[in-house]
Amino acid sequence: MITLSHVSKSFAQYRAIRSVSLTVNKGEIHGIIGPSGAGKSTLLRLMNVLEKPDQGEVVVNGQQLTQLSQAELRKARQSIGMIFQHFNLLSNKTVYANVAIPLELAGYSKSEKEARVMECLAFVGLDHAAKQYPAQLSGGQKQRVAIARALANQPQVLLCDEPTSSLDSSTTAEVLHVLQKINQTLGVTIVIVSHELDIIRSLCHRVSVISEGALYETVVNEPTGIQQLEKTPQSFVQKLKDRGGDHLA
Amino acid sequence: MPDILVQYQSEIMESIGETFIMVGISVLAAILIGLPIGTYLYLCSKGNLLQNQLVYSILNVLVNTIRSFPFLLLVVFMIPFTRIIVGTAIGTIAATVPLAVIAIAHYARLVEQSLLDVPRGVLEAAVSMGASVQHIIFKFLYVEARSGLLLGLTTSTVSFISYSTIMGVVGGGGIGDFAIRYGYQQFKTDLMFYVIIIMIILVQLIQFAGTTISRKIDKR
Ligand SMILES: Nc1ncnc2c1ncn2[C@@H]1O[C@H](COP(=O)(O)OP(=O)(O)O)[C@@H](O)[C@H]1O
Ligand SMILES: [Mg+2]
Repeated sequence: MITLSHVSKSFAQYRAIRSVSLTVNKGEIHGIIGPSGAGKSTLLRLMNVLEKPDQGEVVVNGQQLTQLSQAELRKARQSIGMIFQHFNLLSNKTVYANVAIPLELAGYSKSEKEARVMECLAFVGLDHAAKQYPAQLSGGQKQRVAIARALANQPQVLLCDEPTSSLDSSTTAEVLHVLQKINQTLGVTIVIVSHELDIIRSLCHRVSVISEGALYETVVNEPTGIQQLEKTPQSFVQKLKDRGGDHLA
Repeated sequence: MPDILVQYQSEIMESIGETFIMVGISVLAAILIGLPIGTYLYLCSKGNLLQNQLVYSILNVLVNTIRSFPFLLLVVFMIPFTRIIVGTAIGTIAATVPLAVIAIAHYARLVEQSLLDVPRGVLEAAVSMGASVQHIIFKFLYVEARSGLLLGLTTSTVSFISYSTIMGVVGGGGIGDFAIRYGYQQFKTDLMFYVIIIMIILVQLIQFAGTTISRKIDKR
């Protein structure tokens, strides 16, 4: 679904991404992990050419993004969703209006738009909040609005940059559940950047480890499940016992 | 109402009308020309969407130059230009030309500053959605900056009222000119005092309206 071949990117003298080749398969959840400053966000931003590579090719859904005109690239980006650590919602627009933006950019008619916005909000469980403003929502709810906005135009790919890094643990699970549902029920290919191993392990099928701007290795992962992340009393007991702590009881 | 106000009622009303014309046209010029110039200043600045050092420098120097002119000198300096545009350099409409020029420069700078307050992440989201520059301006930048843009326009309007008071020098009239002619030159101090009160009320009303509306449309 996404293929990067020998992609490099420098900022002034600093080589942020060094000849990375990477394939993200159709329908998978692909994790990108590495320490802070490793180049994860830059790598993700190369996938929709928010950063233009100095060298190499970026192919998404059969389209070579690095060869497109500005207008074609805008069109291509409309079917690549993206969400961010700080949500990046418009605070002066209601939840409804936020989700409607990509549909307006794509030229939907008013009635089609209305139906699709409500469908997306229902999908993330926020149809009741349509008339509210982002400032009235919790972090987890804001991220779910951002997800609904990214989904509105029926993208094939969803890029996620640290989607839970400004959330607490219970809302983290709430957001990850939504991402998993998008992958399972809509078949959307997802790329998740995170510096937290637990999050990557909980739902990714394959994981690329990034170090100092280079791809260190891509590893196959059996998703451990989001329940692992939930901080309920049962889960604490479960985890303690799993470590052979039975005699503590 | 004080007798002297009743006595000069029609002149005062006429003067207020002239101020409204001068300031109103200037506000219009600020919106129609200053807003786009400020937007381009922002978009062409370093690290921004349309980054363009040349365009930025030209606009920047132009705005700074106009704003650094002492206003009275600008009015005099612009007389030939005014004559070309409106056919005369005397009268209310002629006085509006330099006022509109300063209004454009003044508001353009405030627009640039308001747009700088829009979080970069919002722009990034816009680009990632495939928004064109036109969409980014109207559906993202102006939406997120709208309370700052309105507050800036309010501040500018109050400044234009103050600038407009010296328009007597080119026969522009207006309430400030009235206060000087009758109150100062004819020693009717009480009349001048009342006119100043009228101006204070006018400014307060504009500022109150601007602040209230901008607070209402700010959902951050
Ligand atoms: N626009 C930019 N200009 C200059 N340097 C940048 C820019 N974006 C990222 N970098 C640098 O590139 C490196 C990788 O950044 P990033 O991809 O954000 O890392 P990560 O997401 O893994 O923390 C960092 O050293 C960062 O300072
Ligand atoms: Mg990052």
